[in-house]
Amino acid sequence: MANQKNNIIIEQSSEDNNLPKIFLHGPPKFSIVLQPKPSHNFHILNPSSHPPLHEFIALNPHHVSSITAVVCTGGFPVNAEVLQLLPSLRLVCTPSAGTNHIDLSECLRRGIQVSSAGNLFSEDVADLAVALLIDVGRKISAADRFLRSQLQKPWDFPLGSKLTGKKIGIVGMGRIGLEVAKRLEAFSCMISYNSRNKKPLLSYPFYSSVLELATNTNVIILCCDLNDQTRHIVNKEVMLALGKRGIIVNVGRGALIDEKELLKCLIEGEIGGAGLDVFENEPHVPKEFFSLDNVVLSPHKGALTSESLIGISQLVEQNLKAFFSNKPLITPVI
Amino acid sequence: MGSISVLLVAKVIPYLEQELNKRYNLLRIWDYPQKSQLLTQHSASIRAVVGNASAGADAEFIDALPKLEIVSSYSVGVDMIDLNKCKEKGIRVTNTPDVLTDDVADLAIGLILALLRRICESDRYVRNGNWKSGDYKLTTKFSGKTVGIIGLGRIGTAIAKRAEGFNCPISYFSRTQKQESKYKYYPSVVELASNSDILVVACPLTEETHHIINREVINALGPKGYLINIGRGKHVDEPELVSALLEGRLGGAGLDVFENEPHVPEELFGLENVVLLPHVGSGTVETRTAMADLVLGNLEAHFLGKPLLTPLV
Repeated sequence: MANQKNNIIIEQSSEDNNLPKIFLHGPPKFSIVLQPKPSHNFHILNPSSHPPLHEFIALNPHHVSSITAVVCTGGFPVNAEVLQLLPSLRLVCTPSAGTNHIDLSECLRRGIQVSSAGNLFSEDVADLAVALLIDVGRKISAADRFLRSQLQKPWDFPLGSKLTGKKIGIVGMGRIGLEVAKRLEAFSCMISYNSRNKKPLLSYPFYSSVLELATNTNVIILCCDLNDQTRHIVNKEVMLALGKRGIIVNVGRGALIDEKELLKCLIEGEIGGAGLDVFENEPHVPKEFFSLDNVVLSPHKGALTSESLIGISQLVEQNLKAFFSNKPLITPVI
Repeated sequence: MGSISVLLVAKVIPYLEQELNKRYNLLRIWDYPQKSQLLTQHSASIRAVVGNASAGADAEFIDALPKLEIVSSYSVGVDMIDLNKCKEKGIRVTNTPDVLTDDVADLAIGLILALLRRICESDRYVRNGNWKSGDYKLTTKFSGKTVGIIGLGRIGTAIAKRAEGFNCPISYFSRTQKQESKYKYYPSVVELASNSDILVVACPLTEETHHIINREVINALGPKGYLINIGRGKHVDEPELVSALLEGRLGGAGLDVFENEPHVPEELFGLENVVLLPHVGSGTVETRTAMADLVLGNLEAHFLGKPLLTPLV
């Protein structure tokens, strides 16, 4: 029973008094971010990340003042309310690149440091963006599906469209956008971009709106953050401007695209195809997508490689160690 | 020119078939249920054969066409044409190099990514409604992996250039070491396989390269290694490949070609560590049109007595 479990934890913790105490603010099995070996450098107060924060504090009020570090993730916000509950908190560590779930200005106000995944996942996400682009253009998943259906002999499979030399428009030129650009340059693609601000050190052509970018390219790749300015940044107008042979790839967040409108455009042939790793309401994907051959569907796995998991658990540990040795964080956000 | 008989021995895009029909007396091999009927009626008039990756002209067929002057292949690979016989009889042979290099290289990278990142499998996962039950499993990173290329010709070089964009160290095997190449050379395919995460077949099919991927090479590549074949099915000992995959001795395979197309070994259909494609290496509208123009251009040049555009023989 929960109480008994917590009592066991309390007994154990009284033996590990000197180790820094970490709280895991995440889903079940969240302790995987500190794997493969459980760290001997910290004391994790709730190794099964259960019960949730409010309940844990209610059951263990004596721990509250000793929690100086929280490891959290998307879906488990560290907002003003949470910060209020943890008066001794000095470090918020997230194993994600995004920090939407953390109230950064409140942390700054309270002198709390924040670390993230930094650029750890950028290569994997960029690889996935290119994977989706080639798949949509060359119909790889559709062709594999066609062969496995074993229905057609001889092979009469529709032609795809050439990628080499195409004009690529990247929305968001952070680290992921740059890695995507680098990869596609090796395919002799022509890169241009839109982002909040023009980057003076970049030689790629800049367009001040996604609409202009779509008008001047064959492919749009979304690599930007989701915020009030970027919600539905790819709308019907943008899709029509991209055109009937245009391809959209989204490795950012689902809500960057008006999903209903995208579905309509795909069905009606107003755009050529789409490669999507993210959706507006994950894990729910509108079933109308499932019968389309001009779309490739990916279950938000841009960063989900074995190598990235090993990398992030090392990075989380390094950040925690640095913090508790009074050294600078490896991947600070603020 | 309308009286020149040209025999089409393979299916091609409508544009090419229409143009051939406009310019020549076009005969289609599939209109004749028996080859013998075709030969009886037309062997004395056929001056050109147009084939592709899967169908060409072997020695016997060439001997049966006494008026044959040129074989123009709608492909870059000409393993289905008896080149020696053509040389012997003074028959010209053309293919379609360069115009398809980019597409084939793009597809090779697409296959690697689809395989390592399980793109097709996870697309199935979503379409089957499984995402609601949980995330798809972890897959394997591509960037930074060692890529070994067999054959550093136009296509091999184009693949290397793209893989370098992913920070992949490149090594290769070819008949002779390329002194000007910056990539690491291995003097045998087994050594290349032992030292590569991903092995790509990008050489022509000849007697020497038949089954160049055999049991020894597959075992050297190993359970964490991946094989990509965008060459010819006969580069790979297919039964050996299948048993290696079933037994877990090979990490996975991305195949655009098979030994006996359109036959695909059924055992592969149940595997999630393979990606299977119906020979689409050059399969884009842009490239197939450019290839068609080369076939038409070569035939036109030949019958006008002008230099051929892309002769092999």
